[in-house]
Amino acid sequence: MATIRCGDFKTSYAKDMAIFDSAFARWCLALFLLALLTVPLYASSYWMDVTNRVGIAIIGAVGLNILTGFTGQISLGNAAFMAVGAYATAYLGAHLPGLPFVLTILLSGFLAAVVGMVFGVPSLRLKGLYLAMATLAAHFIIEFVATHWNDVTGGVAGVSVAPASFFKYSLDTDSKLFYLIFGLMFFLVFFAKNLFRTKVGKAFVAIRDQDISAEVMGVNLFKYKLMSFGISSFYVGVAGSLLAYQAKYISPENFPITLAIDYLAMIIIGGMGSILGSILGAIFITCLPELLRLGASSLSGTFPSLVGLFASLKLGVFGLAIVLFLVFEPDGMAERWRKIKTYWRLYPFSY
Amino acid sequence: MSTPQLEAKNVMLRFGGVTAIKDVSFAVEPGAIHAIIGPNGAGKTSLLNAISGVYRPQQGQIIFAGQDITRMKPYERTSRGLARTFQNIALFKNMTVLDNLLIGRHTHQHCGILKGGFYYGPGEREEVAHRMVVEDIIDFLEIQHIRKKIVGTLAYGLQKRVELARALALEPKLLLLDEPMAGMNAEEKEDMARFIIDTNEDRGTTVLMIEHDMGVVMDISIRVVVLNFGVKIADGTPQEVQRDPHVQKAYLGQEDAEVAGVAEA
Ligand SMILES: Nc1ncnc2c1ncn2[C@@H]1O[C@H](COP(=O)(O)OP(=O)(O)O)[C@@H](O)[C@H]1O
Ligand SMILES: [Mg+2]
Repeated sequence: MATIRCGDFKTSYAKDMAIFDSAFARWCLALFLLALLTVPLYASSYWMDVTNRVGIAIIGAVGLNILTGFTGQISLGNAAFMAVGAYATAYLGAHLPGLPFVLTILLSGFLAAVVGMVFGVPSLRLKGLYLAMATLAAHFIIEFVATHWNDVTGGVAGVSVAPASFFKYSLDTDSKLFYLIFGLMFFLVFFAKNLFRTKVGKAFVAIRDQDISAEVMGVNLFKYKLMSFGISSFYVGVAGSLLAYQAKYISPENFPITLAIDYLAMIIIGGMGSILGSILGAIFITCLPELLRLGASSLSGTFPSLVGLFASLKLGVFGLAIVLFLVFEPDGMAERWRKIKTYWRLYPFSY
Repeated sequence: MSTPQLEAKNVMLRFGGVTAIKDVSFAVEPGAIHAIIGPNGAGKTSLLNAISGVYRPQQGQIIFAGQDITRMKPYERTSRGLARTFQNIALFKNMTVLDNLLIGRHTHQHCGILKGGFYYGPGEREEVAHRMVVEDIIDFLEIQHIRKKIVGTLAYGLQKRVELARALALEPKLLLLDEPMAGMNAEEKEDMARFIIDTNEDRGTTVLMIEHDMGVVMDISIRVVVLNFGVKIADGTPQEVQRDPHVQKAYLGQEDAEVAGVAEA
């Protein structure tokens, strides 16, 4: 049986448990990171904006996947928890202008975590669709607060967000924000990956697979479900905070229920219970409309009517992509990637 | 006499109109292997569920090592040294064998979110230390070859063995087994019996098991509780129980050829 590349022999349990199982994989990652660092040097402002949105989406998708994909708790509240993080950042920026942006982001994440845990309480009693309904209620409650608490949120009109700043230095352009977003993104992805190698993360997966069994193995269901809501909402809140910095102006329109569904689509298409899947799904769902837009505008010379069709086309292709994935690759893009890797590892003996 | 490892006192468990267990009392000595037998639907699994905390009895008490655990949640009982397996295997199907066993270390581990997420340092040390405990159990139950396999893909007999391994990873004082040999072939049964005896002898674990195979029950347990329609009808050594007229009557009423063996033996 061919396992992990010939001659790659594990000498200790620590090595056996490493995330990247070969020096080759680590080199690929390092090269990729270096390439990524140079993106702001040549990307147009349009693509800089898309890239930043991809980074934010990855953080949010990893967060949602922690709760829904890894712990098995369906949530439609993630757009609302994102809003909590975003409004917290706007509020802190306006009322505590001296606060370094790292602290602002952390506090926004923590506030979202607390709100997420409060709305996670019903998860002890509710499962599946019923929990989806309860978290949907959370969405509308938070949306209601956002539209009516004028002093803090600016109501339907919204609030402007002061740029992320640290003393005199301020991250006022998309290129500068890029380093913040991607720095945080890598740290949070790494943190999540590690979490699932240790006690807490494994308890989450146990709850998803067999909750009675998990409890009999000593997992305190209530505590760990709330922890999952907390960690997940922290990630989502940080994504919201970064979104606020990037958008510079936020209103309830930034956080519609369709945003929550976009995030669910990311983790379903990318792969439930997979960190890599969250990343791939976030890239796919964020870039798909941009690619469609490009396609439509390049064809507009020959078929001018296409541009008008664009809006409906976007939704149609979006839906089609989800259906195709559910039918042909129900385990998501991450699973497809794994199959391709296995195929080449065993090549040419791939039967 | 020393404090029993486990004591059930007048336990009564009802599901709506059905009384699954009626006023059942018995005790398990520390370090022994006890068995619960009885026809299908007699209430054996329900009794195990009451002991492990999956269901809470309406009346009576469960005493574990001298402490009343009747009102405790299952996870609280686990951290006091209680472990169990399920009649219809309840493993974490999408995880590897290794991860299933590592969940068994949950109550022995202490790294929280931050130490886990940062990993290098305390997180890694803890994982490696518990991986070694788990590897010992893997060697003990001879499942080295499947340690990285996803549990859902394994054959039934192996899954039963993995479930025993997962329970042992808890390093329990009392192990509850619900029909550990059901659906196995003769060879697998023999292996399983040997593992249960070794667990008891080498690790000093007290065992309470439900089993249908009379040969096994007679061979390895020192005491047997017999249930019928939720009532305890006998409690004694395997020989005493076999001679008991109530037990013979309960089993003769049954068509089940395997179980009828008790009356003939
Ligand atoms: N969760 C439950 N809900 C309702 N009735 C149950 C439940 N569990 C067991 N019972 C009933 O309790 C009785 C005893 O079942 P059980 O303990 O599974 O028997 P055994 O394990 O001895 O075959 C049966 O009549 C069964 O239908
Ligand atoms: Mg049963």
